[in-house]
Amino acid sequence: MSEIVLDKVTKRYPDGFEAVRNMDLDIQDGEFMILVGPSGSGKSTALRMIAGLEDISDGEVRIGETVVNQLAPKDRDIAMVFQNYALYPHMSVRENMAFPLKLAGAPKEEIDEKVQEAARILDLTEHLDRKPANLSGGQRQRVAMGRAIVRNPKAFLMDEPLSNLDAKLRVQMRTEVSRIQSRLGTTTVYVTHDQTEAMTLGDRVAVLRGGVLQQVGAPSELYDHPVNLFVAGFIGSPSMNFLPATLEGDTVKLPMGEGRLADEARERAAGSQPGQSVVAGIRPEQFEDASLVSGEVRDVGMTFKTHIDLVESLGAEKYAYFRVEESQVESEELRELAEDTGSAELGATEGQVVARLEAASEIKRGDEAELWLDSRKIHFFDLESGRTLASSDGGAQ
Amino acid sequence: MRRGTKEYTAWSVGMLAVLVFSLLPVVWIISLSLKTPKTVGDGRFLPAGGEWTLKNYKVLFEGGFDNSPFIHPLINSIAIGLIATAIAIVLAAFAAYAIARLNFPGKSIILGGALAIAMFPAISTIGPLFDMWRSIGLYDTYLGLIIPYLTFSLPLAIYTLVAFYREIPWDLEQAAQVDGATPFQAFRRVILPLAAPGTFTAAILVFIFCWNDFLFAITLTSSNNARTVPAALAFFTGESQFTQPTGNIAAAAVIVTIPIIIFVLFFQRRIVAGLTAGAVKG
Repeated sequence: MSEIVLDKVTKRYPDGFEAVRNMDLDIQDGEFMILVGPSGSGKSTALRMIAGLEDISDGEVRIGETVVNQLAPKDRDIAMVFQNYALYPHMSVRENMAFPLKLAGAPKEEIDEKVQEAARILDLTEHLDRKPANLSGGQRQRVAMGRAIVRNPKAFLMDEPLSNLDAKLRVQMRTEVSRIQSRLGTTTVYVTHDQTEAMTLGDRVAVLRGGVLQQVGAPSELYDHPVNLFVAGFIGSPSMNFLPATLEGDTVKLPMGEGRLADEARERAAGSQPGQSVVAGIRPEQFEDASLVSGEVRDVGMTFKTHIDLVESLGAEKYAYFRVEESQVESEELRELAEDTGSAELGATEGQVVARLEAASEIKRGDEAELWLDSRKIHFFDLESGRTLASSDGGAQ
Repeated sequence: MRRGTKEYTAWSVGMLAVLVFSLLPVVWIISLSLKTPKTVGDGRFLPAGGEWTLKNYKVLFEGGFDNSPFIHPLINSIAIGLIATAIAIVLAAFAAYAIARLNFPGKSIILGGALAIAMFPAISTIGPLFDMWRSIGLYDTYLGLIIPYLTFSLPLAIYTLVAFYREIPWDLEQAAQVDGATPFQAFRRVILPLAAPGTFTAAILVFIFCWNDFLFAITLTSSNNARTVPAALAFFTGESQFTQPTGNIAAAAVIVTIPIIIFVLFFQRRIVAGLTAGAVKG
């Protein structure tokens, strides 16, 4: 168990492409750190550099107090869980889990004991003598975990370990992974492209984009104080709505109307010039059916009428979709996000706004409904740079 | 359903035709090997008068180790075949692993060169080899045959193994390295067992190549020191100056076919088993 430090780490390929650029990251002893980002963001490359499966072009990786740049994977004392599990097909479950111990030259009794222990934790005891080919996806995943935990390594590295499972099993294994990690207290670096996994699993989350670290922080911090459009759009589901806005004193002009900004919200726009065009980021849950909002609260936000295109009821909550005029926000970061989710091809995001309403709301598809917007929690971003306009932002590292 | 039956029949008929075509000569040579000199030339499958004999086989082993025309070459064949196969497989395993896994300058030259050598007409190397072997003392030795066999069978083995190694997910090897294996341990304990079917396939091909060779065996040997069976057959003599040793040659041919059949049958199960095990995800 040790801390892992990435000190200005860069991965440059022979053709000059930089998969990871100047990355600084401090992973504390025993911490569960998530690297999240769309495909091509360099998160897997960063993980593989920690593992020693990729050379480090620049900078330094330290595990514990040791600089490991030149160490072979086997000498780094880390365990890795691969996306496709990478179980040895010619070995039984027992042999798979015993393999690292056998290589380390552990005595036979100790190997037996540790494998039994790991099998018990992972509920694999009755499958020990089966071959990976005869196991289900979830069982294989657990064997891969087992092979990692038997050795008591300094750190676990996990490369999208749950992405090959079906949705239900994934949720189940997610809790499992979290339980095992907190039980063992081993430093863990976990790579995923799934923001839900990132939010639910991690002590801290590092968001990457195009090889550059965007923001590191606790999940709630990323959610409440995103430093730029990319983080704001990536974290949260359904994702944040982005609308063009103008700030004038303590009023904000949005496509659906004008509103007075509460003090909290003004703080978030502290970095703006008067009359500046900005991007307003509004989370779906900041909207509410106006008829369900009582008088006092209603005053801190703004209400507006709109045509509801679609309502999705999830039982505990409802998602209402509506469109606003001239709402297209042009931004490289948002385009990239849209490409990653595939919504760019559908053209679905153009001017569409999602509102999360209480289940009690009676708004239906096609209604001219009155919605309320909690303007206290609006995020403001610079249109050019995409950076947040909040002055005292706790999100930046 | 009807179409299925039809197809099945067509396939069966086709396969039967192939079987008959390829097995008929084998059956015929077995028949020849059991005939007496009197009936051997009668052109009939079953000898007239039902006269069968095992004499042709007995003659091969008569005279024991020193005087039999067959025992010594048989031992030579087996030994040379096995040694050449073992060396070829070990060298090919390393070469193929490097070609499949590493990027190094000259990789395509090595592959292309190997292919070119495999296609090189063996007969054109005979003259120079004969001269060279005589002057450096390799003529009529095991090594003198093993070296040219390696030249021609290594490319074959490398090509077969490269194809198999490429099928093995790289992640497995990286997993092994992270689990604490040196590159050699990862190769020996993970890659090699998984490539076993490929290794056996390559081994069979190399062994059959060595076992069947006549050209090198007849030119580069002069005595029982290193002469293999295919060459030895050519030196069989009849009972008298005026009889052909047809029956003896047939009997020897039957005997040398047996090891190949055993070899293939024995490894066939491993090949099939290995191919299905490779279907495991990751």
